[in-house]
Amino acid sequence: MSHASSYEPKTSVTRWLDARLPIVRFIADFMVFPTPRNLNYLWTFGAILAFMLIAQIVTGVILAMHFAPNTALAFDSVEKIMRDVNYGWLMRYAHAVGASMFFLAVYIHMFRGIYYGSYKAPREVLWMIGVAIFLVMMATAFMGYSLIWGQMSFWAVTVITNLFSSLDTLYSGLGTTLVQWIWGGFSVDNATLNRLFSLHYLLPFVLVGLVVLHVWALHVVGSNNPTGVEVKNVEKETLPFYAYFTTKDLFALAAFGVIFAYFVFFTPNYLGDAVNYVPANPLLTPPHIVPEWYFLPFYAILRAVPSKLGGVLAMFGAIVVLFFVPWLDTSRVRSASYRPMFRWFFWAFVFSCLALGYLGAAPVTETSTMASQFFTFYYFAFFLIVMPVVGIYETPKPQPDSIADTFTHKSDDGSGRGARPVAAE
Amino acid sequence: MTTMTSSLVRRSLGAFVIGSVLSATAFSAPASASETAGHYEVPRLEWTFGGLSGYFDKQQLRRGFKVYQTVCQACHNLAHLSYRNLTQPGGPELPKEEVEAYAAQKQVADGFNDAGEVNMRPAKLADLFVGPFKNDKEAAAALNGSVPPDLSLITKARSIERNIEWYAFPFIMLKDILTQYQEQGADYTHALLTGYTDPPADFNLLPGLSYNRVFPGHQIGMPQPLSDGMVEYDDGTPSTLDQQAKDVTAFLAWAAEPSLVERKKLGAWVLIYLIILAGLLYASKKLIWRNVKH
Amino acid sequence: MATTYDGDQGDVSRRDFIYLATTAFAAVGAAAALWPLIDQMNPDASALSLASIDVDLTPVPEGAAITVLWRGKPVFIRHRTAEEVKKAQEVPIADLKDPYAQVEGAPSDLPATDANRTKAGNEQWLVLIGICTHLGCVPKGQAPGDERGPYGGWFCPCHGSAYDTAGRIRQGPAPRNLDVPPYAFATDTKILIG
Repeated sequence: MSHASSYEPKTSVTRWLDARLPIVRFIADFMVFPTPRNLNYLWTFGAILAFMLIAQIVTGVILAMHFAPNTALAFDSVEKIMRDVNYGWLMRYAHAVGASMFFLAVYIHMFRGIYYGSYKAPREVLWMIGVAIFLVMMATAFMGYSLIWGQMSFWAVTVITNLFSSLDTLYSGLGTTLVQWIWGGFSVDNATLNRLFSLHYLLPFVLVGLVVLHVWALHVVGSNNPTGVEVKNVEKETLPFYAYFTTKDLFALAAFGVIFAYFVFFTPNYLGDAVNYVPANPLLTPPHIVPEWYFLPFYAILRAVPSKLGGVLAMFGAIVVLFFVPWLDTSRVRSASYRPMFRWFFWAFVFSCLALGYLGAAPVTETSTMASQFFTFYYFAFFLIVMPVVGIYETPKPQPDSIADTFTHKSDDGSGRGARPVAAE
Repeated sequence: MTTMTSSLVRRSLGAFVIGSVLSATAFSAPASASETAGHYEVPRLEWTFGGLSGYFDKQQLRRGFKVYQTVCQACHNLAHLSYRNLTQPGGPELPKEEVEAYAAQKQVADGFNDAGEVNMRPAKLADLFVGPFKNDKEAAAALNGSVPPDLSLITKARSIERNIEWYAFPFIMLKDILTQYQEQGADYTHALLTGYTDPPADFNLLPGLSYNRVFPGHQIGMPQPLSDGMVEYDDGTPSTLDQQAKDVTAFLAWAAEPSLVERKKLGAWVLIYLIILAGLLYASKKLIWRNVKH
Repeated sequence: MATTYDGDQGDVSRRDFIYLATTAFAAVGAAAALWPLIDQMNPDASALSLASIDVDLTPVPEGAAITVLWRGKPVFIRHRTAEEVKKAQEVPIADLKDPYAQVEGAPSDLPATDANRTKAGNEQWLVLIGICTHLGCVPKGQAPGDERGPYGGWFCPCHGSAYDTAGRIRQGPAPRNLDVPPYAFATDTKILIG
């Protein structure tokens, strides 16, 4: 679906520039990129995520102007931002809530990709770059949270970096050496905080690079769509990105912005943990160590496995398995709209992720561990058993022959939804 | 083929549902049973600084500051607060001279004198609050081993523990978000200050500690700080324990986030703006798409 | 449908109004959102509040000078000799490169007489912000052995600006007299700067 350039420079200056740096051509082609017209609002989260990344970088660069990456000063400098810096509270809350909103959007984006089979050929590389973005996002968010240097920051860094000490079971001393290298000492201390700050500043720009690759890959293969059927007739089934999808994306972004702003201005601390307003104390672990909500499912998986190394492997495995999804799913049909069986397993998977999220924050009891193990099992079973097996045994519902079939028969209600073939209305 | 697949689906989904329900019901029962013993459910109070249009009541902050001065400051500091904050708009707005006199009671280090010794001078408006102790060690030595926490973030650093059944969790979560329940720490602080009661008969209270129904573990190093008539209010408000606790909590909530009023005021405008913008963009989108089948 | 968006026909006036309103409304919002991003770099509340310092003058003998830090800037306090005061008072305004007193908080057209740059009754004390008005170096002349330049006041080593015993620019590239910070005598031996 990569399309030929339709840009024609009209003046001598633009012709001159086009022969040397075809940047105007690049933008012009970007703007007219043919996009399936039946995309629903779940497809607006790509644009929302792009905005969130920029917003996080802007507020982050500003916060770095006032932040002091030193164990003696970090917590106080954050409070100084909240109290003394002009609009510092806005920058700080927008950045903290922004991280949550970023993850909210990325999870919706990923579930959408799974539901509509957006990882299937020829979009495997597009999907894998997406998983890499998710990984780097997680690392960035974790490091950013640590910088506040409150109790939860400190103990989160301690616990998560100690995960690597599990490698001691593979080769004696390997994990310990690695952990001390990460710390730059024998405990989480100033050296650790300083490097976390440095990397937290670096990784967002790595994200920008990955996003460029992600969008590049998208423009090579084109967007998937709710039917999962490839575009056959560009004239009939697609619309240029501008102005159809720019306005649609902008509307979705403004609506998302309402939720974002509501949290920033009215419940800025709801998504965080109160304990992180207590300065870090290396002598005292808080009674409940809970990561930020977006890590809870993975934290639950970590705690579900009774062995140290096993838990760590399960947690990282939960993300690594995503890379293999394009080859684990054996179905020839992309969209779950035409996969009656897979659809149920998909919603069970969503429920499992939510349940793991709940369990990740719950105090450890025998029963909560049992529940975590059950949902952890299903998490992996969904990828490793359901995806290959259901793809083989399932009888898909008939797909439309083309995207156009889904809307040529229905009246234009302008709702932007056109995912299902409308049989009789 | 079809029967085989559908039975496979039914069986695996059945296992999933049974597993979910089993683990969930088994999970909720003992967790709540173990915690209900001695658990005190902190009630949600009405605060002027709660909600969409929250603000701080100047008179209440002044009363609360008086409670802090009379009772709390003997042991607790407000390390993130500057004396000048007491005069700024939206807070207690105390007269400058009064705050200057208050600050001058404390000495701060300021450079070195000509003999090379640390130069001490009276604190000024620009200085951060000076606490009763030089450091935690001094506090512990003076107070039987317990270190009084700094109070400048206390209403943000505490939350309440609630016994929520797993199935009620999503609804409580939604309710908390929609009603902007951000005053958990204030509710906790008020409940703690009014939570000194006689211990249950079988409770083994360690010497030097007090029983508090709200404090985790119920044994707290701080003796009951407030009581009826403890503080004489200048504005004639009856000085009950509950009133003192509410006033000092409101003062501490202000101290934890003096920018709260500015935040909520700006937030209202931002929300209105974004809703109108979303409406306009939706209208534009509808217009652009109106002749398009999709 | 064409492969590029080229507008469409229909109720043009209503359509254009909505597009225009949306764009204008979005532009206003974007501009307003810029302000916090800019304002955060202005001096914050704690910097603005660092207003005043006390300086004890007892240990400064006649002819000597001390430098204190105020708002992160060096402040020169010189205990001038009677001869230095006299020399400063006798300079006609017409000889000055900058005829204005440059006293913070005073009218900007106040003439640069020695009386205007000192406090009545305490003319022997000269209090100045010790930053050359050329490019921000700290002029020499505070320590006993320092080069004080041809006019006996201060001499900037960076580009050779020379100031007289009232801190007024007399020679070199500096455009203005050394600034006088806001200060007051609390007692005869103690000043409050700021």
